[in-house]
Amino acid sequence: MRKPIYLDYSATTPVDPRVAEVMCRYLTMEGDFGNPASRSHAFGWEAEKAVERARADVAALIHADPKEIVWTSGATESDNLALKGAAHFYQAKGRHIVTVKTEHKAILDTARQLEREGFEVTYLDPEPDGLLDLAKLEAALRPDTILVSVMHVNNEIGVVQDLAAIGRIVKPRGILLHSDAAQSAGKIPIDVAALGVDLLSLSAHKVYGPKGIGALYVRRKPRVRLEAQMHGGGHERGMRSGTLPTHQIVGMGEAFRIAREEMDTEAERLKRLRERLLEGLSDIEEVYVNGDLDRRIPGNLNISFNFVEGESLIMALKELAVSSGSACTSASLEPSYVLRALGRNDELAHSSIRFTMGRFTTEEDVEYTIRLLHDKIGRLRELSPLWEMYKEGIDLNSVQWAAH
Amino acid sequence: MAYGTKVLDHYENPRNVGSFDKADPSVGTGMVGAPACGDVMKLQIRVNENGVIEEARFKTYGCGSAIASSSLLTEWVKGKTLEEAGNIKNTDIAEELALPPVKIHCSVLAEDAIKAAIADYRKKTGKDESVDAA
Repeated sequence: MRKPIYLDYSATTPVDPRVAEVMCRYLTMEGDFGNPASRSHAFGWEAEKAVERARADVAALIHADPKEIVWTSGATESDNLALKGAAHFYQAKGRHIVTVKTEHKAILDTARQLEREGFEVTYLDPEPDGLLDLAKLEAALRPDTILVSVMHVNNEIGVVQDLAAIGRIVKPRGILLHSDAAQSAGKIPIDVAALGVDLLSLSAHKVYGPKGIGALYVRRKPRVRLEAQMHGGGHERGMRSGTLPTHQIVGMGEAFRIAREEMDTEAERLKRLRERLLEGLSDIEEVYVNGDLDRRIPGNLNISFNFVEGESLIMALKELAVSSGSACTSASLEPSYVLRALGRNDELAHSSIRFTMGRFTTEEDVEYTIRLLHDKIGRLRELSPLWEMYKEGIDLNSVQWAAH
Repeated sequence: MAYGTKVLDHYENPRNVGSFDKADPSVGTGMVGAPACGDVMKLQIRVNENGVIEEARFKTYGCGSAIASSSLLTEWVKGKTLEEAGNIKNTDIAEELALPPVKIHCSVLAEDAIKAAIADYRKKTGKDESVDAA
């Protein structure tokens, strides 16, 4: 079977062959397989050297000091460590946290857990373009607010929050700022000092590195304290115990090093591909871009094809690997909570497709996608009673639907 | 998720897609579901003077299983009396298409659609004395 065209780079990326090659050198007897924590022999010293080189590469991409990087298993663990770690450490100062409704579940579910522990969480609504209204953020802050968590780039709609401006509001009040940067690292420049973040979650597998490894940036000046969530041998300055997975870490380091070198040209190229994709679809009626188009990472296009249900569209697009905001695959039948939070109506939320392009996406892939969509959208709309009603001039909002 | 072969067949080659004139007295129309839930089915039947369904048409906004459920239903009701068609159960559709548990609601919607179409036809022709106001 021929594999579909991969347009789901925000879900995960393939490991860059250059990264895989480096990783292989840290696994076998012939390679540097040692435990980086072994202080008594060369196996450990070599592994430690590799880990520290990777730490420097990860730090360099976000303009941090290598000492500010804590290895984790991925962005989900980083989010957990940042939120729970900070909340537990600073709870004597206050027990109020502010975040946004369009955050990743790793933030939202962690926040819910903190609520169960007695913390109070404010979940802000984004504007219809997916961005945060800074006045609303400011109004939500209280004397007992200890932490604000706002993702840098949204995983579904790709919009970029103005972290620097958020930092300028949060910092003078002595509140910590955390950001999940899983979707922004390697795609847009990150400078932790300029953004004013104290904690930043990173993932390797969205940046052509391996799955199962991530990092948390923890500011040192002024020092941010965290209560460890994983206890053991006191690795990572006590913040995250557990033997360091050398091969994973060197993979993340190499991936971030390549990203630093190639990000600018890659972003240019992806932006052109995205513009071509959108232009190629612009002659289809009733197509809506979800989220702000300009303040968005280059490779993301999230669009709703009105009157066509997302899951059936994904089925029709079996030659493409894309994802849908429609969650009919789950028992809940709830459409994307991110699109709902933008105020998109149910039809549009159920009709969305996320295209995310990346390092190995070609112009031919995009041209093929455009042709395929023209064909399939037309076919599915012929099947759609909603499209028929729209064409007859019936206002769908005026219809009394029998909800089930 | 992976789909069964029968769902894929109906999805890729849907039977009896289209619309009849709603105003035609021999046509019964059932529209069920809601865009908010991610599926809307429109099922129409053309009934002859003997109360037998001669033809059926559908249009469905929804997932592949919803499209397949309604496509299958249009095949099944053809040639049946209104009473027979009204006795089609969602479980029969779910079984025929091998729907997984999360897709059972698609077959329920299809059953609702044929019931609604029959009720509409009976209302139009003044023959709604039957007690299937389910």
